[in-house]
Amino acid sequence: MLQVTELRKTFHTDRGGVRAVEDISFTVEEGRFFTLLGPSGCGKTTTLRCVAGLERPESGTIRLDEAVLSGPGRFVPTHARDIGMVFQSYAIWPHMSVFENVAFPLRVSEHPPSKAETTRMVEESLALVGLDGLEDRPAPQLSGGQQQRLALARALVRRPKILLLDEPLSNLDAKLRERMRIELRQLQRRLGITTIYVTHDQGEALFLSHRIAVMQAGRIVQEGAPRDLYREPASGFVADFVGEATFLPGEVVSGGIRALGGTVVCTLSDGLGPGAKALLVLRPENIVVRSQPAGVPNEFAGNLRVAAFLGDRLDCVVEIGDLLVRARAHPTTTLRRDQQVWVEFPVEHCSAIPDDGWRPRALARTFDDDEG
Amino acid sequence: MAATTVARRAGIRLPEWRADVLIVGAAALILGYLTLVPLAMLLLGSVSSGSSALDFQFTVRNFQRVLTDQASIELLANSVMYGLGSALFAFAIGTGVAWAVERSDIPGRSIWYGLALVPLIVPGIVHTIAWLFLLSPEIGWINAPLKALFGFSISVYSLPGMIWIEGLHTAPLAFVLMSAAFRTMDPSLEEAAATSRANPWKTFRRITLPLLLPTAASVLLILFVRAIEGFEVPAIIGLPGQIYVYTSRIYTSLNQYPPNYGLSAAYGAVLLIVSVGGLLLHNRMVRRTERFATVTGKAYRPRRVELGRFRAVAIAALALYAVVAIALPLLVLIYASLVRVYTVPSLETLGELTLRNYQFIATDDLTRRALGNSLLLGAAAATIVVALTAIIAWVTIRTRAPGRGLLDFLAFVPITIPGIVLGISLIWVYFTVPIRIYGTLWILLVAYVTRYLPYGIRSASAGIVQIHRELEEASAAAGAKWWPTFTRILLPLLRPALVGAWVYIFIISLRELGSSILLYSSESVVLAVRIFDLRDSGNYTTIAALSVFLIALLVVLVAVLQRLGGRTVREA
Repeated sequence: MLQVTELRKTFHTDRGGVRAVEDISFTVEEGRFFTLLGPSGCGKTTTLRCVAGLERPESGTIRLDEAVLSGPGRFVPTHARDIGMVFQSYAIWPHMSVFENVAFPLRVSEHPPSKAETTRMVEESLALVGLDGLEDRPAPQLSGGQQQRLALARALVRRPKILLLDEPLSNLDAKLRERMRIELRQLQRRLGITTIYVTHDQGEALFLSHRIAVMQAGRIVQEGAPRDLYREPASGFVADFVGEATFLPGEVVSGGIRALGGTVVCTLSDGLGPGAKALLVLRPENIVVRSQPAGVPNEFAGNLRVAAFLGDRLDCVVEIGDLLVRARAHPTTTLRRDQQVWVEFPVEHCSAIPDDGWRPRALARTFDDDEG
Repeated sequence: MAATTVARRAGIRLPEWRADVLIVGAAALILGYLTLVPLAMLLLGSVSSGSSALDFQFTVRNFQRVLTDQASIELLANSVMYGLGSALFAFAIGTGVAWAVERSDIPGRSIWYGLALVPLIVPGIVHTIAWLFLLSPEIGWINAPLKALFGFSISVYSLPGMIWIEGLHTAPLAFVLMSAAFRTMDPSLEEAAATSRANPWKTFRRITLPLLLPTAASVLLILFVRAIEGFEVPAIIGLPGQIYVYTSRIYTSLNQYPPNYGLSAAYGAVLLIVSVGGLLLHNRMVRRTERFATVTGKAYRPRRVELGRFRAVAIAALALYAVVAIALPLLVLIYASLVRVYTVPSLETLGELTLRNYQFIATDDLTRRALGNSLLLGAAAATIVVALTAIIAWVTIRTRAPGRGLLDFLAFVPITIPGIVLGISLIWVYFTVPIRIYGTLWILLVAYVTRYLPYGIRSASAGIVQIHRELEEASAAAGAKWWPTFTRILLPLLRPALVGAWVYIFIISLRELGSSILLYSSESVVLAVRIFDLRDSGNYTTIAALSVFLIALLVVLVAVLQRLGGRTVREA
């Protein structure tokens, strides 16, 4: 179990200090896959590097099981920590063969295993990532995907207590990334190794993780299971960063919020009293688009501006007054561009949260060049 | 031809008479004449007993002497020790400073970086003269107090003295190359070792050192070649101290009576072989190193070592280096330029400072002529090189004209020819061909153009590669023919690279000594040669004034180059 408490780190540049990580706390349970998710510059990599001992935190404590890795008056150097790490650039040593790269962590340990044991462990680790048979290949001759696997084999060979992954898939092309994330998930679940993963890709985070911590400007803004983050985002930022959403801001009135020239019926999160600024987060798959009114609550007439056929679904953009709503309809639905439609925000999917002022990047207002 | 296919597909209509073939042919003739003919003449001369290829009589006597003479073995030993010593010394300083700047948390990093580059501006001959002022046995700033206090002095006229001066002069080059090596090394390679439980010492020994070794070896090789090619230190320190290396031997065998052209050509051939061999080996090593690269073109956030309590030591070491490499030489030159007779400064001498030396260089005919010649030669050489290489670079990069690879190669050949070897080669050429330019400015112009072709081609190629081909194709699509496209699209886009190359070549022309020293006459004297001559007549305070003037001129030019956004002067 890894426990991080009130971690803090400032970088000193020529122009002054930049707070990279501010009072971060989280716990990763044994065998769990934990992801730090956020845009670039949010402090996620710095946090990971603090866990690895590659950065020295200003304050805060990092504890692995019973041992304090980093805390007041104590800093265990990287090489004395029981970790394995995969770097974004893979950091494959170019002057060594595949075998030597993986064998390195065993060779430099306090009590190096015997030659036969080393060979067995290296081969086992290479087999784990599907690189068996390439032992003698000079490392620079591997493809990007193979280097990525090699980095993973090297990180795992000592069977560390905790595996640290810094955007390991970001340098791969889309197809390979897809495949590697499936393999990575299976490998982690099979080995049951405690893992911390850093990424800016919400798809990867949702796919791989047991738990996700969303970071913004050096802080964790929400932590939870993937499902909870998606369904119950705590802020506009989280809703926007994890998944797609239409934001409907409004003032709290009895039974809902005032928006779209009327009242949108919804449940209110704790602490939202009448008059407060609230935000309704609407996921496209929850919104129903009809060509006829159905007389249900939260139904609004609008103009269909985009209806794009994507095979498994029909992506729609509906204009209701000033608001552009992204919705998803069944692919067999026959809707045409510029026709009048009725949009329902089903009450069971409507839950308002306090408005943090965050807005998704605005959709362009001119769709006239689009296919209908 | 594929070139015309590409051109046609893009709608660039080459003239019917195949302009590319014509350009390649003409350029190949010019380049061949500039680079291959002198080398052929050098080899011919080295096995001839006559003094021109016209009265050629084959002999192996020259090489016999070069290879078996007792003095020749000493010469070889001296050259190797001098080259190796200066290379190692420069490497040690350059690597140390580069490490502190790139990989430690020393404060004021950008200031140190700038200071480490400053000595690049100082011409070799000026640097050497400055150290003569500092380490002259009787009156040097450093030796005089040593002698007064401890009764001994350091003799600058010795091999260690030569190594010290040359090493200090090439250290900035070592710094530039090694700091690039430190910067392009992915720090996560070391971090990965740390996360593999390797302690700092194991990380250094098994990861950092093996990764840096190939680069370090190739840098050492470059420094070695540079040292044995150089003429300034061997001439100004080595000749009076009677410590001969190849470059100074070439010079003395021409300056004895009667001049032995064959022998100097043979020495030149040996030096050329060492230089070419060294550079070929260097290129091989660099290619091997490049294969090591895993992820390239990335800006790394370097991992800096915390100096802790050694911080003060590191700052003191860098400050000492700055004083020794920059402050002392500059101060001694300025001081010497303001006194009547050079002595150790005292209240008395400081009270009698005078501008007499500056007045002298402003009125002396030869010095004024040297300045005029240098400026004229620099401007002419820079213009010719830039014009020639712009066209050659375009042909080699944009077309598939036959023989374009040869052009590229020919333009690069001179980088392997030491200045003094080019000098002796050109003497042979113009003793042989019936073009009477020996002793005029024209032969110097030929030498300068030849020497600086590689810098021109490097700059122009880099510039053209950065201009997307489609910009030219768009011009063709807009209806422009080849010439308007070249002059109105390509040249304006290429202008920063070309202007940068022009100023750079102008700057290094002003300090050229190696080939000028063999080719000049009293009519075609140039600045560096003038300094050299004034030393022969013992006119030290005037030299100091001329040196200060030359440095000031170069500082202004480098500032111009910087403003043009050119890269810092890399070649000293």
